[in-house]
Amino acid sequence: MSGISAEQVAHLAQLARIDLSPEEILSLTTELDQIVDSVAKVTAVATPDVPATSHPIPLQNVFRPDVVGETLTLEQALQNAPAHDGSRFKVSAILGEEQ
Amino acid sequence: MARAELMDFDKALELFEPVMGFEVHVELNTKTKMFSEAPNVFGAEPNTGLTPLCLGLPGTLPVVNEQAVRYSISLGLALGCSIAESSSFARKNYFYPDTPKNYQISQFDEPIAFEGSVQIELADGTLIDIPVERAHMEEDAGKLTHVGGSSGRIQGADYSLVDYNRAGVPLVEIVTKPIYGGEHRSPEIAKAYVSAIRDIVVSLGISDAKMERGNLRCDANVSLRPRVAEGVETPPLGTRTETKNVNSLRSVERAVRYEIQRQAAILAKGGSITQETRHWHEDTGETSAGRPKSDADDYRYFPEPDLLPVVPSAELIAELRAALPEQPAVRRRRLKAEWGFTDLEFQDIQNSGLLTEVSETVAAGATPAAARKWWTGEIARLANAADADAASLISAADVAALAVLVEAGTLTDRLARQVLEGVIAGEGTPQQVVDARGLAVVSDDGALIAAIDEALAAQPDVLEKIRDGKVQAAGAVIGAVMKAMKGQADAARVRELVLERASA
Repeated sequence: MSGISAEQVAHLAQLARIDLSPEEILSLTTELDQIVDSVAKVTAVATPDVPATSHPIPLQNVFRPDVVGETLTLEQALQNAPAHDGSRFKVSAILGEEQ
Repeated sequence: MARAELMDFDKALELFEPVMGFEVHVELNTKTKMFSEAPNVFGAEPNTGLTPLCLGLPGTLPVVNEQAVRYSISLGLALGCSIAESSSFARKNYFYPDTPKNYQISQFDEPIAFEGSVQIELADGTLIDIPVERAHMEEDAGKLTHVGGSSGRIQGADYSLVDYNRAGVPLVEIVTKPIYGGEHRSPEIAKAYVSAIRDIVVSLGISDAKMERGNLRCDANVSLRPRVAEGVETPPLGTRTETKNVNSLRSVERAVRYEIQRQAAILAKGGSITQETRHWHEDTGETSAGRPKSDADDYRYFPEPDLLPVVPSAELIAELRAALPEQPAVRRRRLKAEWGFTDLEFQDIQNSGLLTEVSETVAAGATPAAARKWWTGEIARLANAADADAASLISAADVAALAVLVEAGTLTDRLARQVLEGVIAGEGTPQQVVDARGLAVVSDDGALIAAIDEALAAQPDVLEKIRDGKVQAAGAVIGAVMKAMKGQADAARVRELVLERASA
């Protein structure tokens, strides 16, 4: 039993900027609970000699040389912008803070 | 909080013990960005030189810049850190238009470097070790300009304009452990620490380290805890505030001092400190509340699935360790000996945080004495008047060029000060200012002799007086010639010529 609460789901939805109805929160709480429970079963079979991993592929140190490549023109960069001032993207003033 | 409401600094220290911590962001001067082949340049036209990755366009994938990893390891080693056997990237999730992907690629539980220490030197020569918790790699965000509302601040802005040129520039964030025992010297320690980091990255050559351009940015954490009688259990750390983006050495010192005084005033009245980010205002010398540190800090870090672990080989670490520049303390001793300065003269440079500038100026051709004189004298004075760091006013190359012009006799000190003002005002290099303003010393003896003749004609008895042994009488002629030449003559040469005339 993982115990995902409706409050946690609502909080996550808010952080992810997803507008959920009370019904959706309820059904997602049940679903997430089951998912977390299922994933938790892995810990039952994992032994201390199995290292934690975030990648299925045994690869490391994949690098790119520090060389400038092809870039977009200003027009290309702005072409999908909903609004711009000719050189910069125009966005609504967000009541937040730079990180 | 207005200045008048702050608690007196000494009084604050009597009642509370300050504890500090710093996060310094260093922009690396690689040719390309952290995860894409877009150029890493400062000052380009907005949104030029971007790749689809910089814009977070669908289907793009990041690839790690090898040079950025090497620079980060070198910096980690220079900070005395251990280098991770395996280091990985993580996504820091937040919504803000400066980051088009809605997450910043950073490092979380496996930073490239950890557990180090930086030795700093205070004005009186005291050495202090600042403990470093970690140094991790990440990418910079784009730049927002808030339009409308009050003077570009976020409050009341109508909309914002985004330039992504800076988005993705490689950063190393250096995080200290809590710094105890700074006491009265806390503001000085703060400045000396950031200055030491700057010296380290400059000597490594991995960053342009210009604070005014944001190449080096400091977030200062300050908390206070009440002093208790001996034998009483030490109280836990007080609530801290994080003052963001303090972008000059001067401001680091002032911001820490301000926060100590502000928090002390609140605590002494029985109030409590809100855990929050605060903004430093260079103009007023105050901090103001930013956002509270609550769920905005819920970044839901998770391993970056698009990137593979970085596993530095022992050979690579050994190679980079062998290539490290000398330790800052060793460098200080060497420079002091090479330049032939007294303790006092050297400390003057060190305490002004100008060691890097003086050393670059000497490297660019100035004598150590001239480099020291200009930086700690006239330039420091102008910087002080402008509330700016000396380094932000003028480049080392320009100071060296100025010193060389004085050395060559092209400029007197007085003219050089005018040239300096011209360079700082953006009129060009010293030579360009000399040419444009016509400031060079008149070294043409013919012109000087003509002016001397004119002055002698007005004061015919001067030569006689000199011949009678009253050499000081030459002063009147020298003065008249200097005036006629609008100060652009070498007074010593004029004097020589006048005396030659008298003995002829």
